[in-house]
Order: sequence, then C-alpha cells, then structure tokens
Amino acid sequence: MGNNGARSTEGHVVGAALPRIDGYAKVTGAALFADDMAFPRMLFGRLLRSPHAHARILSIDYEKALRLPGVVAIATGRDLPVRYGILPSTQDETVFAIEKVRYVGEPVAGIVAEDERTAQRATALIEVRYEALPSVMSIDDALRDIAESGEKIHPESRKSNNIHKDVHLTFGDLEAGFADADRVFDDEYFFEGNTHAALEEHSAVAICGADGKLTLWSSTQTPHYLHRVVAAVLEMSASRIRIIAPPIGGGFGGKTEPVAHELAAAYFARATGRPVKFTLTREEVFYTHRGRHPVRIHLQTGVKNDGTITACRLQTWLDGGAFGSYGVATTYYTGALLPVTYKMGAYAFDGCRVYTNKPPCGPKRGHGTTQPRYAFESQLDDIANALGLDAGTYRAAIAVDPYSRTINHLRVTSCGIREALSAVSERTDYGAKHGKLAPGRGIGLAASAYLCGAGLPIYWNPMPHSGAVVKVDRGGGVTVFCGTSDCGQGSQNMLAAIVAETLGVEILDVSVCAGDTDLTPVDLGSYSSRVTFMAGNAARSAALEVRERIAAAAAAELGIAPERCAFASGRIFDREEPDRALAFVDAARAAEARCGTLVGVGSYTPPADLHGDFKGSGVGPSPAYSYSACVAEVEVDFETGEVRVERIVLAHDCGRALNPSIVEGQIEGSAYMGMGEALMEESAFRDDLHRIPNLLDYKTPTILDTPRIEAIVIETEELEGPYGAKEAGEGPLNPVIPAIANAVADAIGARIFATPIVPERVLQALDGTTGPLRLRAPVAARTA
Amino acid sequence: MSAAPSKMLATLNVNGRDVTLAFLPHATLLEVLREELRLTGTKHGCELGQCGACTVLVDGAPVLSCLTLAAETIDRPITSVEGIAVADALHPVQRAFLDLGAAQCGYCTPGFIVAAVHLLERTTSPSEAEIREALAGHLCRCTGYTKIVEAVALAGQRMRATAHG
Repeated sequence: MGNNGARSTEGHVVGAALPRIDGYAKVTGAALFADDMAFPRMLFGRLLRSPHAHARILSIDYEKALRLPGVVAIATGRDLPVRYGILPSTQDETVFAIEKVRYVGEPVAGIVAEDERTAQRATALIEVRYEALPSVMSIDDALRDIAESGEKIHPESRKSNNIHKDVHLTFGDLEAGFADADRVFDDEYFFEGNTHAALEEHSAVAICGADGKLTLWSSTQTPHYLHRVVAAVLEMSASRIRIIAPPIGGGFGGKTEPVAHELAAAYFARATGRPVKFTLTREEVFYTHRGRHPVRIHLQTGVKNDGTITACRLQTWLDGGAFGSYGVATTYYTGALLPVTYKMGAYAFDGCRVYTNKPPCGPKRGHGTTQPRYAFESQLDDIANALGLDAGTYRAAIAVDPYSRTINHLRVTSCGIREALSAVSERTDYGAKHGKLAPGRGIGLAASAYLCGAGLPIYWNPMPHSGAVVKVDRGGGVTVFCGTSDCGQGSQNMLAAIVAETLGVEILDVSVCAGDTDLTPVDLGSYSSRVTFMAGNAARSAALEVRERIAAAAAAELGIAPERCAFASGRIFDREEPDRALAFVDAARAAEARCGTLVGVGSYTPPADLHGDFKGSGVGPSPAYSYSACVAEVEVDFETGEVRVERIVLAHDCGRALNPSIVEGQIEGSAYMGMGEALMEESAFRDDLHRIPNLLDYKTPTILDTPRIEAIVIETEELEGPYGAKEAGEGPLNPVIPAIANAVADAIGARIFATPIVPERVLQALDGTTGPLRLRAPVAARTA
Repeated sequence: MSAAPSKMLATLNVNGRDVTLAFLPHATLLEVLREELRLTGTKHGCELGQCGACTVLVDGAPVLSCLTLAAETIDRPITSVEGIAVADALHPVQRAFLDLGAAQCGYCTPGFIVAAVHLLERTTSPSEAEIREALAGHLCRCTGYTKIVEAVALAGQRMRATAHG
C-alpha cells in the first residue's frame, strides 16, 4: 500500500462495504439534526426579508412589532454592522442589510419571540420604507455602462460597472498553438444556474450562558469558518465561542459559508440570555442559495486532424448574484481544471464574475468546474464527430498521464481516466451505438477530473488543513476527534474506518466526535472534496501514533520486536506466530501503564509544490485528482421535446475505495444530481423575483425520472491518500451533464448550447427555424 | 389583534400508545409530533406537501403530516418512524437501508422508510416499478434513489424468507 504502509495483514474494515456507523441513527429517526434540538425557554426567530431586488433603505420602524405580545427582541443592520464574507478578499455582507438591499429575500431585520408564529406575525408589523433602484438581473445588464444601468450594486467596488472579479491567465504560446491547428472550433454555451435543494432546511440553535460563553449548533459544512465569522461579527473572542455541527441533512455546498440566520441566532442568544432557534423555510432556502452560478462560456479549441489540442481559449462570465460569497474562487475554478483532464499545447483563460440583484451564487458540488466541463466535453464531442474519431478512444488519446504536470503547472499523481473511459465504453458498447441508434435515441460520453481538496485554505495561514486526535479508553473503546462536518457523504464513517483499520478493532468500537470547535482539532470543512484525503490522513497519523505505543507495550509483553506486532480482530499478535497474542484492550492498558494517557495526534498539510508561481495559482492545486467518465443513453420524444434518460453508467477513479458501498452511493447521487442539472433544474427569475422558490416548481428528478444508475468504482493507488483513497463526493457529477447533452445531440442530430435541456429547447433545435439556441456575441471580458 | 385561539385537549394514538395532550386546532400533525411529543424522527423539508420527508402512517396509510391537522387524526392510529422498529430490533426495511447504504444524509430517510413499510405490508414482492410508484412522492437529493429501490426490494425478499422460513 505505497508509502502509507501498514495495510499489512489486516484489511478487515478498509475496502469492506460495511454499514455506515451513522446509519443506525438515521434509519430509526434518532439522528438529531439542528432543528430537532430544543431547550427550555427557547425563543424562535424569523427574518424579515427584502421585497425589492435593489433599493435604498430610507427607514425601518419596528416599534409596533416590538409591542406585539410574545416578541422579545428585534435587530436590524445597525445592531450588527460588522462586514463579513467567506473569503478575506470579499467582506461585503452584513447580517441585516444596511443602507440598501441587493436582492429579493435579503434579510433586513430579525425577530425573536416566544413562538414561531408570533415571530412571523411580527415581521409584518415592521415598517420599512424603500426607494427602489434600477435592478441588474443579467450578465449583460451587469456589464453595461454604469451610466446607463444606474447605481452600482456595490458602490465601493473598484471594478468598472458591476464587475466583481476578472482574471486573465495564459499558459504557453496561444497564438502559435492556434496557428498550428488544422481546425479551430469556436462555440458559445450557457450553463444555467441552479441550487442545492438539500432536503434539510438550514437551522441554527444558539445558547449563551451567564458566563458569556456562546454555543451555536448549525447545519454547517464548515464549523471552523463559522467560528471565525461569529467571533468577528459579534465582536467577541473566539475562545468563548463553541460551534457544533450536528448531522447535516444534505449540503452539496449550500451550507459552506456563514449566512444571516446563524449569526442572528448567536446574536439574539447573547442579547436575550435565552436559547434561540432559527430554522429557514423552504422559500428562504432558495433566497439563501449560494448555488451554481449561471455561466456564459466562449470556447475556442484548435486541433490537429488527429485531434491533438494545440490551443484552447476559454472565456467565462459568471452571474454572481448580489454578494461575493466564494465567487473569486469560483471564477478561477471555471478555468483551472480543464487542463487537468486533457493535454493542451497552449491554454488561455479569461474569467469575469459580475454582481446582479439576485440571491448570491456560491459553490455547488463541482464548484465552478461543472459549467466549463459541460462546454468543453460538448465541444470535444463535436470535434470527435467532425474528425471521425470515437469519443472514448479520442479522449483517452489526449488524456493527461499519471505523474505529470499540466500546462497550468498543476501536479497530477494517480490518474484513472483511461480506465474509466474504457469501463463506460465497454459496459455500454458505446462505439457500436453512437450515431447508429434509431432517430430519437442517443448515446453520449464525457469525462472529467476533480480535486481531492483545495491545496490552499480559504484564509492564508501556515497551519494544517486538518487535525485529528485518537484516544483509547481503558475499556478498549477508541474515540477519534476531528473537526469534520458530515453532510451525508460519510465523513464520520470514513474517520472510524481508518482508525479501526489502523488499530485492528471493529468499526463499532470506534466513536467519532466531530465538528465541535471546543472538542475537536480544526478541519477546514466539507468542501472541495477534501475530507477523506485530508482528515483521513490526519486520522491515520493519529491512529498510527497510538498504534506505535500499543505495539511497543504489546511487544514487551509478548517478548517480540514491535515491528512483528500485527493488529486485527481486536488482538495484537506476532505476525510470525499468530497464536502469540494479546487482546487489544489488554495491550492498550499495558501501553497506558507504560506511557501514560493513550492519545495520538495527527495533522495533514498538503505538499507545497502543487502549483505554479503566478497570481491565481492558488485555485486549482490539489494533492491529487479524481477522474470520471460517464455514458448516458436517452430517448427524445419528437412530439413533446421531452428527454428521458434511460441509462447512466458512471465510472469514477476514487483512488482506493475505503467503503465501496459509500463510494457507489456518491457516484449514484452525482449521476442523479447531474441529470437534474442537465434536464430540469434552474434558478429562474421573472423580472426581479425568483420564479419558483419551492420544491414543486423547482423541478428535481423524482424516483420515477431517475434510471437505475450503474456505478463503476475504478481503483487506482494514490500514494499520498489515506490507505490510497482520493475522493468521490463531487467529481462524478461533472461528466454526467455533458454526457446527457451529447446523448441528446446524438438523438436529435443537433447541438443545444444551453442547459437545462428542457423540452422547449429540444423543440427549437428540432424545428431548426430558431436553430439550436445560440447566444449573442459575448461582451468582451477584456472590458475590465 | 384577535384573541389567540385556545388549545384543544385530545387523545392521539401514536406508535401504539394513547397520549392526551393540548394543541391548537390548526396545528399540523407534523408540529404536534415534533414539537409537542418530541418525536423528531419525522422531518420537514418544505411544509407544503412537496417533498415527502414528513410522511407518517395514519390508519396504516402514508400521509403528509405537514398537510394533516392533528385534530383530524384523533382516534386513528399514527405510526411515525420511531414506531417502525420492534422493541430494539430494526424493521427489515430499516435493516436493508442500513446494509445497502440507502441512507446518506438521512433526512429524507424516515419518510421513505414508513412509505416502504406500508408498501411491503401490502406485498413483500413488489416489482421495481411498484417500488418506484410507491415512493414517487418522496424526494432524495443524496442517493439517486438507486440504493433505496434496492433496499426496499431486499427488505421484501428478507420478509418473504422469514415468513416462509
């Protein structure tokens, strides 16, 4: 097992499809999510939200609301003026709007009352006077000269018009690359925004004691970042604040940054001395958003007649919504990962994110890489068709090699893209079907790559990205402490599996204490598919430290050298004479007697040499990359334009599968979520309003729409991963959307250049009178 | 401001036990289960009848507790996810969800489980289409439904084996 060694004779937990340790509580309803908690004297909070997309706040009068029996406290922007934002470079939010509102649904005031109904009633009694401002609702609007469009959404921004961020990167000689090309493909695409729609509506519960210590439970994927922001916004010492992430009812990136209701719960708990709960309604979840950015894409690719990519130029325009969120990172991510999948002679990327008067966009599963991947894999399909190449073998021919550097200087280690491509092609007989199915039936293929954690933290610091502590009790029970937050992906189980495997105990002998800033070492959070790689490595190191001490004690008892100690089945035994053994619990006691309290610590920091040295090089590097390939088969109804996905086969190189069942689950969920984005999910607006902020109109695939998904786990050996593992949470989503788009193109003989591929777009493409949906010539990103 | 409506006193039969409690006439069954009885296994994802997370059995049939008044359920047996397991043994549906990894975040899971229990009470050998039809009102954002369908089929298979065993 590479340099992580010591997989040795054991292997009873890692690699086994054991039931998840948190599954017991989840199937019985015993798992306590944030909204399931209640405390004596608890108050309930509601937020008053803006009815305007863009307006100046002239006055707020809440005297009448305060007089409503049962109302305990009200706060507005004045009470919480500290600006914050998840990225240090974009501190552009306040808990409640100050001076002006920037989207319909932006919090303007908070109320806590004895019960939720009273709090809700009180919101209607707050009188806010607004002066409406012209709203900016599209990328075009945002790029328009500010003299025409009115006031900037963020007047303090130094960028022109409503531009938030623009980036320009060039690698290699682009001009020479295009000059060297036999063909240049030049296309525009539009990827529509969409949202996470996790089933759990966000919830936060806070308590502040008379000692001034504050505890906040929140459905957050990033308890450590929330900790920092609560301290900053409440202007109190982080040492008096405890953040706890209970089980999260789905995240997908939607619970990755601090948002108003969490900070409001903390504020009101401190202000009133009573427990406070804020739980969002489904409609509010749509306004809280931080979902997938709508992105306009201009893609030019030069190829030789054999398909070799001589040059690629990508331009992206991101509709960011009203605030920065992770948007700077998102912008870079739209350009960072295309070269991690395929070799290119030269590559240039221009990205531009704009502010609009819509709920802020942020990270959703695949963070910024999903939209350009859709475009690139669509164009690659057209290239393969034009050059008469098989889409699968073509991709394999231009794919990056293991242990190489990309044109944008990223370090690639293990790489299973070719294995993934062959697996899906062979399983579906792609080559025999593509272009040969009956009219209305189509098959499409795509591939992708993704991070195993961001190489750099969100705020610059030289400390580890993840830490873990492993403690052994005198009863033989083991506890692993780590700051991770489990949003359903299985991070608790991952920690337990790694520790159980390392110490040779049953997985149910390991307890996990996670996501508690008082008790657990920092882990940066559940984002960028980082947890298995980073927290897993930290937990493995911590367990190894304990293991060494137990081995030393057991070796002394058994009269052998410590290197001969093997750990399995709750025993420590002599590898050479397995009958010479000690029970784990006895060995642990002997170790405690020898060395004192039996605790091991571990940390993980990514290597320093993952990236190049240029501005913007911090986004994209990762200690390893996962690779995926997908084939989708569809049937298109020529009468209605409806697309039915008949089959999705999705292969994913996850390194080593620590638990194959959980890896399959991530692949299946990714296939489903990608299918929703490809065909139906969209953040749709009518004038200034979110048109469909509910789960009936915001269409997600039901169990009747979703085919039985065929997940194929491709195992590579990632030498730096814990037990060889990489990631499975996000990467598998990316190839699904273009695979479906390519299948639709195969079925109808025309390319649709926008998502979602709704019946209306299919019919437009079919009738040809409006032609496949093309976009206006992009407004130059070079404006900035 | 009109006077707040007064609470009504009623007896509900929840998970095999009668409980007498006071609740507002317009309180939903979801609110009474979660907030009065602290049966928080039943979840809410929309409170508009769109997601299925709040499903419980009333008179043995699945209902959306967010759209059902508690007052409508007086004298009708109510089963929430907490009433599915027998003593400390998991129901075959729960066991199959656990074994196959059909619960990821676990938030939609209680709703799926009670609906699947209801399906398997009618037939332990449902076709895949019947399983999908029975669960069509439930949204899950994590699993892609694949392992859920497999788990319900496996539970049925195990129930048949036990019945014939």
